[in-house]
Amino acid sequence: MEQKIEKEDKKSGFLTRLLTFFKTLGLTIKTRCLKFYNRFKEGSTGTKLSHVIMGSGNIYHKQYLKGFVYLILQVGFFALFIISPEVNGTPLGLKSIVNFFTLGTEPGDIFNPADNSMLMLLFGVIVFGLIGMFLAAYNSNIKSSLKADNDIKAGKKPTSLKEDIASLLDERFHVALLTPAIIGIITFTVLPTIFMILIAFTNFDSEHQGQVLFNWVGFANFLDIFSGTGEISVRFLPVLSWTLIWAFFATSTNYIGGILLAILINKKGVKLKKMWRTIFILTIALPQFISLLAMRNLLSTYGPINSTLMSLGLTDAPIQFLANAANPWTARITIIVINIWIGVPYTMLMTSGILMNVPSELYEAAQIDGATKRQAFFNITIPYILFITTPYLITSFIGNITSFNVIYLLTGGAPGVPGYKAGETDLLVTWLYKLTIDESEYNIGSVIAIITFIITATATLLSYRRSKAYKEEDAFQ
Amino acid sequence: MINTNVSIAKKPKKFKSAKASRNISLVLSYLTLVVLTIIWLYPILWIILSSLRVEYNNAGDLIGIVVSHYIPKGFGFDNFVNLFTNTLFPRWFLNTLLVSSVTFVLSTLLTLSVAYVMSKLKFSARKKFLNIAIILGLFPGFMSMIAIYYILKALQLTQTLFALMLVYSAGAGLGFYVAKGFFDIIPNSLLESARLDGATNSQIFAKIVLPLSKPIIIYTALLAFIGPWMDFIFARVILGETNRELHTVAVGLYYMVYGERVDSNVFTLFAAGCVVVAIPIVTLFLSMQRYYIEGVTAGAVKG
Repeated sequence: MEQKIEKEDKKSGFLTRLLTFFKTLGLTIKTRCLKFYNRFKEGSTGTKLSHVIMGSGNIYHKQYLKGFVYLILQVGFFALFIISPEVNGTPLGLKSIVNFFTLGTEPGDIFNPADNSMLMLLFGVIVFGLIGMFLAAYNSNIKSSLKADNDIKAGKKPTSLKEDIASLLDERFHVALLTPAIIGIITFTVLPTIFMILIAFTNFDSEHQGQVLFNWVGFANFLDIFSGTGEISVRFLPVLSWTLIWAFFATSTNYIGGILLAILINKKGVKLKKMWRTIFILTIALPQFISLLAMRNLLSTYGPINSTLMSLGLTDAPIQFLANAANPWTARITIIVINIWIGVPYTMLMTSGILMNVPSELYEAAQIDGATKRQAFFNITIPYILFITTPYLITSFIGNITSFNVIYLLTGGAPGVPGYKAGETDLLVTWLYKLTIDESEYNIGSVIAIITFIITATATLLSYRRSKAYKEEDAFQ
Repeated sequence: MINTNVSIAKKPKKFKSAKASRNISLVLSYLTLVVLTIIWLYPILWIILSSLRVEYNNAGDLIGIVVSHYIPKGFGFDNFVNLFTNTLFPRWFLNTLLVSSVTFVLSTLLTLSVAYVMSKLKFSARKKFLNIAIILGLFPGFMSMIAIYYILKALQLTQTLFALMLVYSAGAGLGFYVAKGFFDIIPNSLLESARLDGATNSQIFAKIVLPLSKPIIIYTALLAFIGPWMDFIFARVILGETNRELHTVAVGLYYMVYGERVDSNVFTLFAAGCVVVAIPIVTLFLSMQRYYIEGVTAGAVKG
C-alpha cells in the first residue's frame, strides 16, 4: 500500500516538474522577446536600422570597418542563400533546406547523374549551421550598436577599432583564444557527429550508392537489430557481449598487473629503479603498429614461438593462436594476454607517481599507532592507490571498449564467422570500421556508432560523478 | 648507528632471520624483474634481429619471410639499403615528419589556449563551454573520423596530407584537461599582482604563465608530435591504400606486408622500417620521459 502511494507521488512529481519546465520555458521565451522588443524601442536610429541592415548601427556611430564587416557578412549570407551555387553538382543555399528533407528526387543516369543524396544531407546540415551562425552574428551586430549607444549616453566616445583590438587582447582575451579552437571543433567534431547520427536514420547502404538515391527511414535501422536476419540482427549480441567481456578483462588485467609492477619496482631495497622503469616505458614509446605486428608474426603458424614450442615437445602441431576457427577463445585469450604487454607499463607509470605521493602523515600516524610495515602497506598504500585511481579505471574501461589497434592489427576480427562480416574477435568499433570503410553499409555503421556512444557515455557519466564525489571528499577512507 | 647496535644486541636471532627473509624477497623481486624484462624486450629484440638478418636461399635470393630461428645465420644492413633504395619508405618518412611538424605546432597552440581560458579567465559563458566540451568528449573520436571520411570523400578532398593535418589538429581543443589541471596550480595571486601592475590578459599569458609552464608545453607538444608516427587508423582511412606515395610510415609499412596482395617475403624489410621509425621516436620519448610521467600522473589523479 505504502509503495503504491509512493509511486503515485513520484508520478505526480514528474507531472508537476514537466509543467514547471514548460512554464519556465514559456517565461524565458517571453522575456527574451520582450528584451528584443525593448532593445529595438530604446535604441538610437542606428541601432534601429541595424535590425534591418547589419552594420548600419556601427556605421552610424562612425565605426566604419566594423560596420562594413557586418554588412559584408549579411550581403554574403543572403547572396549564398539566393544564388545557391552548385558545389560538386549540388546546390548549397536555400535549396539545400528542401533537399535536406527530400534527399533528392532525380536519380539521373550513369552518364548524367542528377541528384546526390549524400551531398544533399551534408549541405543541409551545413546550411542549418550557417543559419545558426548568421543569427548569432545578427544579434552581435545589434549588441555592438547598442553598446556604442550606451557609451555615448555615459558621456564617452564609441570605441575605436584600435580599442576593439586592444580589448581582444585583454578583457575579451578568451574570445581571441577560443575562436580558432571552436572553429576546429565545430568543423571536425560537431558537424561530422551530427551528420553521422542522421545517417543512422536513412537507408544509405551498399545498395544505395552513386546515382541510386537514399531516403529517410526513421527508426527502421534500429529495429533491425531486434528482428530480421541481416548481419546486424544476427551478430549484434555476440559482438556486444565480446566487447564488454574484452573491456572488462583488458581493464582489470592491466590495472592489477600495473599496480603489482609499480609496487615491485618501487619496493624498498630494489636498486636501479629508473632503469627498470625505463625498460617498460620503452614499450609505451614504441608505436603500436610495430609491437602488435611483431607479436602477430611471432605467433604465426610457422613463426618462432610455435617452432620453439614444438622443439620443446610441448605441442605436436603448430597452435593457431590468432585464427583457431574451432575455438574462438584461443584467439580471445591470446589477445587479452598480449594486451597485458601493451597496457601494463602505462598503469605502472601512473601508479608509481601515486605511490611516491602517498601523504607521509598517514604513515606517521600509523607508526604512532604501532602498525607494522606490512599493515601500513595493506591498510594505507593499497586503499590509497585504489581510491585515487578509480576514475582512471573507468576511463580505461571506456578506452578499451573503443580500442581499435589491438584487435585490428592482431587478428582483424579473425577467426571469421561464415556468411557474416563480424568475426569472433571483432569489437563494436572494428565491426563498424569494416561495415563502413570496406562494405559501404553506412547506415548500420552509424547505428553501431550510436550504440557505442551510448555505452561509453553512460560509463563516462558514471566516472564524472565519481570524480566529482572524489573532489568533494576530504579523506579516502 | 648506536641504536641499531643496541637492537642487534638485544634480539640477534630475530634480526638475522628478518634480514634473511628480506634478502630472499629481494632476490625474488630481482628475479621477477629480470623475467619481466625479458618478456617485454623479447618482441623488440626479435624485430631488431630480423631487420639485420641476411640469409640467401639456394637460388641466391634474399629470404625475407618470418623464419623459425631467432639468431640470423648472416648479419648485414642489406634490408636497410633495400628499404631506402627500392621502396617508398624515404617518402613515407618525410610525409610523416611534415604532418607531425605542422600538427604539433597547431595542436599545442589550440590545446594550451583552451586550457588557459578554462582555467584562468573568468567570463559569463565559461561554465557552459566546459559542460559542452565534456559532452562532446563523450563521443568517441573514432565516430567523427568515419563521418569525416564520408565528408572528405563527398567533397573529393580525401587523400591529401593537408586533410590529415587538419584532422589531427582540429580536435585538439577538446583535449585540454591535463593542461588545465596544470594551469589550475599556478596561484591566482601571481596573475592578480601582474594585473595591478597594468599587464593585460595577453601579456600575463605570454610573459608570466607560459614561461612557468615548460613541463606542460613539452608534454602537450611531445604527444602531438608523436601522434602521427603512432596513428594507424586515421591515416589509413583518409589516405587509402592506392596512394602509396602519400602514406605515413605506419600505413605504408602495414600495406607493405598486408596490402591487397599479402607479401610474406618482405618481413625483414618491414622490420628494418620499424627500426628506422622506432629509433628517433623512442629516443625522443625517453629523453622527454620526465615530462611525460609528470603529465600522466597529473592526468590520472585529476580523473
